[in-house]
Amino acid sequence: MSAGTVQLAAGTKVDGVGLGVLLFFFLAVTIGGFWAANWRKADSLHSLDEWGLGGRTFGTVITWFLLGGDLYTAYTFIAVPAAMFATGAVTGFFAVAYTILIYPIVFVFMPRMWSVSHSKGYVTAADFVRGRFDSRFLALAVAITGIVATMPYIALQLVGIQAVLDTIGIGGKGNAFVRDLPLLIAFAVLAAYTYSSGLRAPAVIAFVKDSLIYLVIAVAVVYVGVHIGYHHLFEAAETKMTTKNPKTGAATGVFVPKSNNYWAYATLALGSALALFMYPHSMTGVLSAKSRTTIRRNTAILPAYSLLLAMLALLGYAAIAEKTSVIGSDGKANPQLAVPHFFRDEFPSWFAGVAYSAIAIGALVPAAIMSIAAANMFTRNVYREFLAPRATPRQEAQVAKITSLVVKFGALAFVLGLDKQNAINLQLLGGVWILQTFLAIVVGLYTRWLHRWALLAGWAVGMLYGTVAAYHQKSAVTQHFGGSLATFPYTHTKVYIAFSALVLNLVVVVLLTLVLRAVKAPQGTDATVPEDYYRERDDTAATLPGTDGGLPVSSGARE
Amino acid sequence: MSQPSRHRLSPGVAVAAGILLAIPIVALLWVPSYARKDPELWGFPFFYWYQMLWVIVCGFCTGGAYLLIQRDRRGNR
Repeated sequence: MSAGTVQLAAGTKVDGVGLGVLLFFFLAVTIGGFWAANWRKADSLHSLDEWGLGGRTFGTVITWFLLGGDLYTAYTFIAVPAAMFATGAVTGFFAVAYTILIYPIVFVFMPRMWSVSHSKGYVTAADFVRGRFDSRFLALAVAITGIVATMPYIALQLVGIQAVLDTIGIGGKGNAFVRDLPLLIAFAVLAAYTYSSGLRAPAVIAFVKDSLIYLVIAVAVVYVGVHIGYHHLFEAAETKMTTKNPKTGAATGVFVPKSNNYWAYATLALGSALALFMYPHSMTGVLSAKSRTTIRRNTAILPAYSLLLAMLALLGYAAIAEKTSVIGSDGKANPQLAVPHFFRDEFPSWFAGVAYSAIAIGALVPAAIMSIAAANMFTRNVYREFLAPRATPRQEAQVAKITSLVVKFGALAFVLGLDKQNAINLQLLGGVWILQTFLAIVVGLYTRWLHRWALLAGWAVGMLYGTVAAYHQKSAVTQHFGGSLATFPYTHTKVYIAFSALVLNLVVVVLLTLVLRAVKAPQGTDATVPEDYYRERDDTAATLPGTDGGLPVSSGARE
Repeated sequence: MSQPSRHRLSPGVAVAAGILLAIPIVALLWVPSYARKDPELWGFPFFYWYQMLWVIVCGFCTGGAYLLIQRDRRGNR
């Protein structure tokens, strides 16, 4: 540490310069967040379309920043290098393959989702399922899965901020209140401007976050090339991964996958890619785009972030090569500190401060969008569907704003009150759970052949299998929830649990659909028509979003 | 109501765009094709630089599919 180090009474060293830089950027994005309410000003923010989707007007550039900030979260930036640092390629680098696979997939189905949502005023994926399958309980299943999977994801953004604060020297020791106060303040401020500005706030902040992160990585890439050398970096990583762990007797990790984990690598990549856009926050990011074309164009330019992610992942190896210590201020080893400690040890305090800011602000953007998305789902698919069917757009916006507060403080209580391991376990489960909504949402975009009751049963089976399978995974550190891989039923091949659960889900859905169709079980009415799935922005002057709300409308509502 | 047919892609374009989009998916799911260390590039083992290369190739594939579809749409209007 450098001259900026100051001594606190408690004896903890605080990196003053790093903290100063972090505070500066935090202040800047706070101003930006509140100002965002006036940005691209709408007549009123009092509807879900305005508060929760930014007016559905974001063009190519804003969408690029927003989705980039939304999908590549602070937790990714901490957890992927941490996994690389700890166990190498199969648990870490698959994220690169995964974030490539999403784009061709999104290219195909997301424009349809955008069109039908725009046409019918749908705000959430569950709105679509409700309209398409005429089943409020299937929609409820989708909504609850979305909310439950999102909560630990928000919590993990906080874990990202905690890693940064711990590196600066705040937290770790001292009484609980003083230790957690910075995180509490950061979150209260975030909650306040999300409440007032809605989705416009993270859209504005995303510009700052992404610029910072690109800058930091560009510098790190050059630094690693000059000071460490990539050859040395990979050599050090290979040595660590192939060294046997004295406790388990097995290799520490995987440097390059071998035939026994090809399937693990491929299913982790594919399963995660299919799951990502089922998360409410991804859907919110996409639906806020102003046209189908905006989404397709973005599938060509968003991969830039995957290159960034790859370089970040390799910083986990850089930390191995530089023998970066990952001992936290609590005295325990924590691989999640690999990246922040790498910047602390290798760079001057002011630049480390920029890196800390990039990570911390990188947590605020997705946390905001996730809480908005979860709030939209609660409002549309629980509150209006089951509690207040006659809610006005204004009431909806109000309920969503309050829900966004509840969701954020729920996540905060989670991180502060429970062991961090719980949040990580639940995030792992969240990925498994959210993929179980894939059939209703994505297959539903193309066909109504699958029966609504079969979809609900398949969802339940997938959820149950995935949870039990994840529970039974042991690892060197935990008895349960030790990893996202399990043997595929009746084989010895390890695959991603979410993937096996989806296969099981699909089998149940198809078999039950055949039975239910044979007994002619009622199918409900489809609120959508084929043209809805192709509609462009300029075709829809007749539909006022937010007024008909997109729940099943009679065919008379067509143009 | 507008003509629904104008939204349908001509079969050639749909197939071409489909192939462009399938290429990165097949390439990355076919793990045995790239799970090795050699040849290295600038110190990067094959496994690592090959996947990073696909980030860029994928951008060209989705970009290409986008341009094909846009051109076809304009022709149909």
